[in-house]
Amino acid sequence: MTMPQAVRRKGWSRKQKRLGIIVGLGVVLTLAAGLVLTALRDQIVFFYSPTEVVSRGVQPGQAIRLGGLVKEGSWQREGQANTFIVTDGATEIVAHYNGILPDLFREGQGVVAEGAVGADGSFDANNVLAKHDEKYVPREVVEALKAQGEWRPEAGNP
Amino acid sequence: MSIELGHFALILACAIALVSALGGLVFWRSGQRLAGVLAQSALLQFVLIAVAFLALVQAFATSDFSLALAANNSHSLKPLIFKISGVWGNHEGSLLLWILILVLFGALVAAFGRRLPADLFNLVQGTQSLLVAAFGGFTLFTSNPFARLVQPPLEGADLNPVLQDIGLAIHPPLLYAGYVGFSICFSFAIAALISGRIDQAWARWVRPWTMLSWTFLTLGIAMGSYWAYYELGWGGWWFWDPVENASFMPWLAGTALLHSALVMEKRNALKIWTVFLSIITFSLSLLGTFLVRSGILTSVHTFASDPTRGLVILTILAALIGGAFLLFALRASALRQGGLFAPISREGALILNNLFLATAVGAVLVGTLYPLLLDALTGTTISVGAPFFNLTFGALMAPLLLILPFGPLLPWKRADFVAAAQRLAGAAALAIFLTILVSSLGGLSISLAPLGLLLGFWVAFGSIAEVIERSRLGRVPFSESLRRLAGLPRSIWSTAIGHLGLGLTVLGIVSVTAWETENVTTLNPGERAELSGYTVSFEKFEQVPGPNYMADTGRFIVTAPSGGTTELDAERRTYVASGMPTTEAAIATYGLSQFYLQLGEPIDGTHVVRLWYKPYILLIWIGALIMAGAGILSLTDRRLRVGAPKRATKSVLEPAE
Repeated sequence: MTMPQAVRRKGWSRKQKRLGIIVGLGVVLTLAAGLVLTALRDQIVFFYSPTEVVSRGVQPGQAIRLGGLVKEGSWQREGQANTFIVTDGATEIVAHYNGILPDLFREGQGVVAEGAVGADGSFDANNVLAKHDEKYVPREVVEALKAQGEWRPEAGNP
Repeated sequence: MSIELGHFALILACAIALVSALGGLVFWRSGQRLAGVLAQSALLQFVLIAVAFLALVQAFATSDFSLALAANNSHSLKPLIFKISGVWGNHEGSLLLWILILVLFGALVAAFGRRLPADLFNLVQGTQSLLVAAFGGFTLFTSNPFARLVQPPLEGADLNPVLQDIGLAIHPPLLYAGYVGFSICFSFAIAALISGRIDQAWARWVRPWTMLSWTFLTLGIAMGSYWAYYELGWGGWWFWDPVENASFMPWLAGTALLHSALVMEKRNALKIWTVFLSIITFSLSLLGTFLVRSGILTSVHTFASDPTRGLVILTILAALIGGAFLLFALRASALRQGGLFAPISREGALILNNLFLATAVGAVLVGTLYPLLLDALTGTTISVGAPFFNLTFGALMAPLLLILPFGPLLPWKRADFVAAAQRLAGAAALAIFLTILVSSLGGLSISLAPLGLLLGFWVAFGSIAEVIERSRLGRVPFSESLRRLAGLPRSIWSTAIGHLGLGLTVLGIVSVTAWETENVTTLNPGERAELSGYTVSFEKFEQVPGPNYMADTGRFIVTAPSGGTTELDAERRTYVASGMPTTEAAIATYGLSQFYLQLGEPIDGTHVVRLWYKPYILLIWIGALIMAGAGILSLTDRRLRVGAPKRATKSVLEPAE
């Protein structure tokens, strides 16, 4: 093993070293905190029920997750262009999705769509989520339905 | 009858643990005689919990549905292996498995730790027993796995079909062995704080336990990731799901602990920080286990949704973690610091490692808990998804990977950065060359891909640079090089191999992220689809009955660009008892790359088929396996087996290596 040849004798004093380490730690932690806060501001996605989309005045173009039930009889398909209505019992929003919907997408069942509200007030989804367990409804959807008094687990809903 | 025996054994184990905890923590000064008693108690706890656990296994294996747990979670048609793994595929059973591993580690310390100073041994066993008593009590009073049914049903309600997989037999035991193994580090930390004595011998004891747990956790997480990849049918291997984060945070903290314990063992520095990390790591393990189990998060891992249980869990956690930190706040100043060093030194590099890893834990923790807190406090529901974690975690890992190869090359105490950089010049040149080569050949889809590739190659080559240099490969005859390699200490090998594994994992992640291709299409039998030069032909579609499910099976033939063909079956299963569907993806492996095919639901008579080509994805898990292998190699080090637990008399200044 080779020893480093020139270890500088006149290095920092002990105080300076300690100060250097503390400053270094501070810089990294500050950067990390800044990073986390920026990411939290820009990368988090709010989850809204159709009622909340209307009541909170969600801006067109803002990325959100829309959750609720797919309204019975509302699903229309033309090739891969899908249109369906997301409802929480009180408010309905028309959603568009281009692509193949997940397996467990069903009318009358819970759905979470990622995307943004368009200029005409309908929802453009770029991703539709469904889980593989038929009993499973996203917790957010359950909460949204409970808030609207539409949660009826005894009726096999959803 | 055996059920009642198991129940009784669990109660007895808890009672013994409670007595041990009181004895160990209050009368820890009593010396060897108490140590002998506590050691026997630890072994006895293990035997009793093993009896309790085997009673459950027997009830599940024989489909005894008079046991409520078996009736709710098992089915007589299940294959035997899934009946047995189903024991921990539910809240109560998984708690008992958790406790079984806890007492196993306690018994291991009792068996191998007899040369520990008696004070330390008593405190460690006392703390360990306290944990057994707390979680055993929780199990008995809120989640009794031994409850009987007055009117047993004829058939069980079956296990969640997603869990009916060989993965359930492997993933939870490995993961728990990792989680719970950190309890030993926690107990050692508590012992150090109470006794006020901590030295290099302490670190020499803690490090192998950390290494063992870390190895299990690495394997458990890798196994869980691969299981999710092939079973869930989404083709993804990591989702930054809160449940995954819950296991990843202890891993990150445990990795930091491994490195800081190294500094403490060699240089007697970073004492307070190492104790702090020991507490943090196990606290994150506890948080992980019970965040997942409490029903706060919805996922396939969630079994309990009884809110009273969640509250009790939180109370136990608050008491244990809060107590530990209170003790830390009161006693940490009593631990004397030692071992001075310059900023540029191996200690300095390891501190940077710890800084970045600890900050990464913080970032992941914020991303995981922030939505829960916001929901609880304001009722606003948000999702903090992959973009958040990719940005923050990625930004923190990049500098860590950049400095990683320097660490092992820097001597202790003070070092010459330029000298280390010179020794890495070859690795850097090779990494840059390969990155440019791959980038120009592969075509870029994400701008960060070359940077990721560069880091991956850099870590992989940089970590074996020292080994190659020490072998003097090319400068001395080849046989001489081999002889030199064989003579290298295992610690150098395990460091190099562990870091190499990390580099390979990074390369796999970058490759899949940047060059994965996907094709979602509709196919009928007889039709073909193409993706990245691979041709898939849909041969036939048929219904095949399984032991406890009906399967819609699609037979596909994949033709590789080289001309070789592979037959694949992709299934959609519907389980008889629960009516729940699952998908079984079909995967063809070509070298380190995989072709992934999932059969979707029939729509209007045609079938949705999802195809993915995943270049070099296997590197992700192979890298993890290599990391775990390095952990095992490090555990076989001679230093650990021979004469290790000797208390350092006076802190003698060691000369720099």
